[in-house]
Parts: sequence; structure tokens; C-alpha cells
Amino acid sequence: MSERRVISVIVLNEHGVLSRITGLFAARGYNIESLTVAPIPGSKYSRLTVVTKGSPRVIEQIIKQLHKLIPVYKVIEHSEIVEKEMVMAKIPLEERLSDVEALCRAYNGNIVNIGTDTAIIMAADEPSRIANFVSALKRFNPKEIVRSGVVAIER
Amino acid sequence: MAKMSGAQMVVEAMREEGVEVVFGYPGGAIMNVYDEIYKHHYFEHILTRHEQAAVHAADGYARATGRVGVAFVTSGPGFTNAVTGIATAYMDSVPMVIISGQVPLSMIGTDAFQEIDAVGISRPCTKHNFLVQSAEELPEILAEAFYIARTGRPGPVHVDIPKDVTAQIAEFNYPKQIKLETYKPTIKGNIRQIKKAVEAIANAKKPVFYLGGGIIRSNSSDLVRELVHTTQIPAVETLMARGTLRYDDELLLGMVGMHGTYAANMAMSEADLLIALGPRFDDRVTGKLSEFAKYAKIIHVDIDPSSIGKLVHVDYPIVGDLKAVLEEMLPRVKEKVDGSRYEAWREILRRYNEIHPLRYEDSDEVLKPEWVIQRVGEKLKGKARISTDVGQHQMWTAQYYPFTRPREFITSGGLGTMGFGFPAAIGVKRGVPDEISVNISGDGSILMNIQELMTAVEHRLPVINIILNNNYLGMVRQWQTFFYDKRYAETDLSMQPDFVRLAESFGGVGYRVKTKEEFDEALEDAISKGVVALIDVVIDRYENVLPMVPAGGSLYNMLLEYKDKE
Repeated sequence: MSERRVISVIVLNEHGVLSRITGLFAARGYNIESLTVAPIPGSKYSRLTVVTKGSPRVIEQIIKQLHKLIPVYKVIEHSEIVEKEMVMAKIPLEERLSDVEALCRAYNGNIVNIGTDTAIIMAADEPSRIANFVSALKRFNPKEIVRSGVVAIER
Repeated sequence: MAKMSGAQMVVEAMREEGVEVVFGYPGGAIMNVYDEIYKHHYFEHILTRHEQAAVHAADGYARATGRVGVAFVTSGPGFTNAVTGIATAYMDSVPMVIISGQVPLSMIGTDAFQEIDAVGISRPCTKHNFLVQSAEELPEILAEAFYIARTGRPGPVHVDIPKDVTAQIAEFNYPKQIKLETYKPTIKGNIRQIKKAVEAIANAKKPVFYLGGGIIRSNSSDLVRELVHTTQIPAVETLMARGTLRYDDELLLGMVGMHGTYAANMAMSEADLLIALGPRFDDRVTGKLSEFAKYAKIIHVDIDPSSIGKLVHVDYPIVGDLKAVLEEMLPRVKEKVDGSRYEAWREILRRYNEIHPLRYEDSDEVLKPEWVIQRVGEKLKGKARISTDVGQHQMWTAQYYPFTRPREFITSGGLGTMGFGFPAAIGVKRGVPDEISVNISGDGSILMNIQELMTAVEHRLPVINIILNNNYLGMVRQWQTFFYDKRYAETDLSMQPDFVRLAESFGGVGYRVKTKEEFDEALEDAISKGVVALIDVVIDRYENVLPMVPAGGSLYNMLLEYKDKE
């Protein structure tokens, strides 16, 4: 019954608005798998992308409850969407960088920085592919992995 | 426009909004505002003796009049004391504006004296809240606060104002009209949905009106009465909807839910169509959800889309202001629905009511609480506003008082706040001064805001408190009797003050009554004296509220009587 959903919330870019959203999820026991926020260029709004899980009734309630918040302008429940997530990782320089680079390329990524001990790599792809990327990365002994959370746009 | 301080803006905004009374309690962070109250006389300020009572009083005022209730409190403990009042109003959708002082902007986040994250605390129990950042934005925020509080599904709005903002000077341009891009409540119902709903009513065999508090909030009880009488469809009322129909209306089956009547609960259980007008399917109404109205299709009209389909599947959702929806629905119903088709159904429900009417065994030895309520009804029906606290007395009032009109019954439904009744009744009296304001309370609840005797005496707001005194925290005691093998953990309230001397010490009047005659005399005397009164009514210690649907049980499984085995 429980299904994964990506919901975009367009909110007024004002004091305390993020805590209204996260407070709502916490208070009503809704689940947040990932959450990204950034201002929408050239407007007074921000766009939040929430990945959540729940039964259809719970998802419907989440959308209605979000909509009820005064600074929320629009709630978009996606069905036809393009989703992307970004990941960055630190790989020790002892690893074979040509293999690392080949892996990155397979997931729309590359090596973005090389320091004295580590190389920083990134990839941007669909969330499920990012999960694959992260597991494939294991053999290169990553020191740190940072995921961005999902952003989505309608087709 | 004129330049002025933030504090002056607050009082000017009250004038712009036509506020006639503010309930409040001063303190450090809100002193600039109180200084302006002292200088201007735009509204009456009623000093309660506790911030919680200030908010309950504003709430009672709002419930009785339909206007926005206003309360002022200071930062820190002033605000935290107000929270119970705010949450009470939130759960029952009462339009209110609560203004709190806050430490200066530069001190926020430093754990300053009397600092608390007020907007953080009020966020989950207000319709909206604001932390004001500058005096420039204050007029607009105040106007928005009132607008948000009274429109859509009403609710409390909290404005937290740092002390330095109340001292800042800025232009005062009070917006005449508010337009918020992100907040546009749906008023008109979808016509196609309304037509479908009317069709469903016309085709139903066993329909029932499920009347909720939204009717009172939207002032649509006249339309509801017309709709009920036009269709001749029986109706049940929730606690919050009491007074929508007159108590003696033939189509009224009584209250529904945990302490509802047999006929009302059976109507819900056997209906093939529920016409839900502004209720929210609260668990105290529905009982076990999987068994609730399981043969019925459901029409649900509500202004809040999140209320629709939250707990039960709705077949005909209609989002809109109830009044606007009923105005569309009524002419169509008149055209399509023939009330005589439900006669067989009405007959079944009449029989249910005959088999198991509301009843209690009266006694000559000891006063029965139900008798007291009925007696108050006989004396004051249609002439008084009845507030209650929370517990057995509240349910007996809801069951036995002869309600004649909306806004006659003032009670904390959703949050179930003990201590609500007395301060609320003070606010009611201030809002409707020509009517008698009665608070029916219990010996537990009354002590939760007893200090308000002083407020009532000082402001000549003669609330008549009727304490149904069973020396118990009665509702909890009843549950302990039924479900905890009579282990009366911490519910025995035998240790009590002398309520007569207590009332007198504040300058009020007190009575202790044990017989019907004494009660009649006390009530009449209290009405004629016109000062705040405590009538301490000694009632049967072990009287239970019946019928009862045990929590989580099905509506059709009612406990109709309780015979003590001892």
C-alpha cells in the first residue's frame, strides 16, 4: 500500500517557512525520505522537493495539509516527472583514478577536484541510479559520500 | 498617514478592526503596548488573573458573538500560559488574534529573561503565526492576522512582537483590503458535485443529516433548519453543533457519538446516506472507524479540504463555505426531493427513540445532575448562554439542556479543556451582556480557573457557575468504574474548599444546595443579585453519563445502563 511519492511545494520565501513544513510532517507522523529547498530564480518563492512514502490516503492528506499552510502557494504531486539527484564523494588517491572516472562517466559524473590525498568526484542521475552508483563506488573505498536529495521537474 | 510607534500601531489596528474588548495580562515585553492602552480608550481592556483565562475569555466572546476574539499577553510565561487557550480555540476553529510580547530582536536566541520561542510553540496550534521583524511590516501583519483568523476555516492567529519593534517609529498605513496570493479559501461549492449530492439525497432510502460545528461557525443554521424541514430527513448533531436545530424539533434525534442517544447512533449505523454538513468525523463521534456508517454513502460539505476524506472515504466531497453551498443546494433539493419517501425510515428511528430514550432515574433523596440541567433549562431556555467545562457535567449539559439556537452552547470540544468554562462564560457575558451567562462546571474543572472570580467581580460580569459536585473527577471516575475495576486512582476530590466562602471572599455570592427547592432558590437568588455566583450543587456521587460507546467501540454497541453489582 505504501508508495514513494515526489511532491513539490512552492512556498513564500519567508521567515520560518521550512519549519512549518517539517513541523507538519513531524506532527502528523509523515515520513520524509529526502528534502531539498532552493529559491526559485526571479521570484519571491522557494521550491521544496519532498520525497515521501505513504498510502494513497496519507499522501492525499499530506498534500491537503501542506496546501492548508498559509505561505504555501502550490503543491504539485508528480506523476510524470524527471527526477535527478546529485552525489559527491572523496576517493583516496591510491585508487585507480581511470577506473573511478569511467564509473563516474557512466552516471553523468566526473572527477571535479584532486587534492593531496583525495580526489572529489560527483555524479548526477536518477535517484535509483545514484543508489547503484553509491554501491558501485564502495570498491574504491570512498572516505565520505554526500547526497543532495531529489529535485524534480514535470515533463 | 501618520508616523507612530509599533505599540501605538497595535491599538490603532484594534480600532481599525472594530475591536471593542481585549482580554489580557501585561508584563515586561508588552509594556509599550499597555502604555498605549493607558493613553487611548479605543477598547475596553479586561484584566484576567491568568493568561490562560484571557485567551479562554476571548474565545468565549468569539464563540458567542461570531466576532474575532482578541487577547494580549507578555513574553515567556505569559505566552506559555496562553498556549492551552490557543490550542483550545484551534481545535474548535474559533476566530481569534493573540498578541504576545517578545524580547527585543537583538536578544532573540540568547536565552534572555522571559524569552521563549513563542512562534515555535504556537506553530502547531494556530492557523498561522507571525514573528514581527520591524514596525514597518506591523500594520500589514495585524491586518492579515485578523483576515486569516475570520476567513476560510476560522482559527486563532498569533502575532509575536519584539519589544524594540513596539518602540520603533514607522508609517501607519492600515490596509483596507487584504489579498494573499497563497491563501484563497474556496467559498463556492462545485455545482456539479452539489447536483450529484442532491441526486443522491433524492435516491436515498435511509438518509441522515450529520450536523457539525461548521454550521455554527459559518452562521448557516437557518439554512440547515430549512433544509432539514424541506427534506424531512432526520438529523443528528455533534457536540459542537448543538443548537443548530431546536431541542424540540421532531427531526432531531439528539447528539451523536460516545454519549449520543440510541436513536442518533443507530441512525448513523443503519443509514444508507450521511449528509455531513461541517463535521470532522472526530473519534468521539465515529467510534470504531471500520464499523462507522458502513452501509452509507457519504456527502461531506466542508470549507477545509483536509477535513474531507481524512478519516473515512467520502463519496460526494464538496469543498466550500457551508452557507454558499446550502444556498445552491436548497432550491435544487426543493425541486427534486420528496420528503415522504423517508417515512418508513423515520418510523424506524421513532421506534428506536421510544425503546431507548435518554433517561435517568430521578430521586428525592439526592440531586441528580440531569435534573439540575433540565431545571436550568426550564428556567432559562432561550434566555441564557450556557458554557461548560469538561467532563460528566459537560456531557449531561449536551444531552439534557434544551438548546434553542446556535451560539447558545459554548464548550471546548476538540481539546476538551478543563478550566475553559468560567473564563469563557466571562467572555460570553461581555459579548452578550443582555443575556444570562451560565457556566455549568464540575468540582474538578471549576478549580482550574477559579481565580477568575476576581475578574468577574471587578468587571461586573455576573457569571452564574453551577458546580455539579460529586466529590470526584467524575468522568475519569466513571471510566475507572467501567474499565478499571473501580480502582479510583487519584480521582477522589473529597478534599474541597468551602465554595460559599470562596465566592464571598472574592466579592461574589455562594450557595451550597442539596435539594431541588434549595437549587431553585439559589438559582433565582443568583439571577436577581446580578453578581458572580458559585452554586455548589451536591449531586449523586456515582451517577454515570449514559448511554456510552466505550472508546474504540462501534456506535451501535452502546452501554445503555450500568447496574452496580455491589
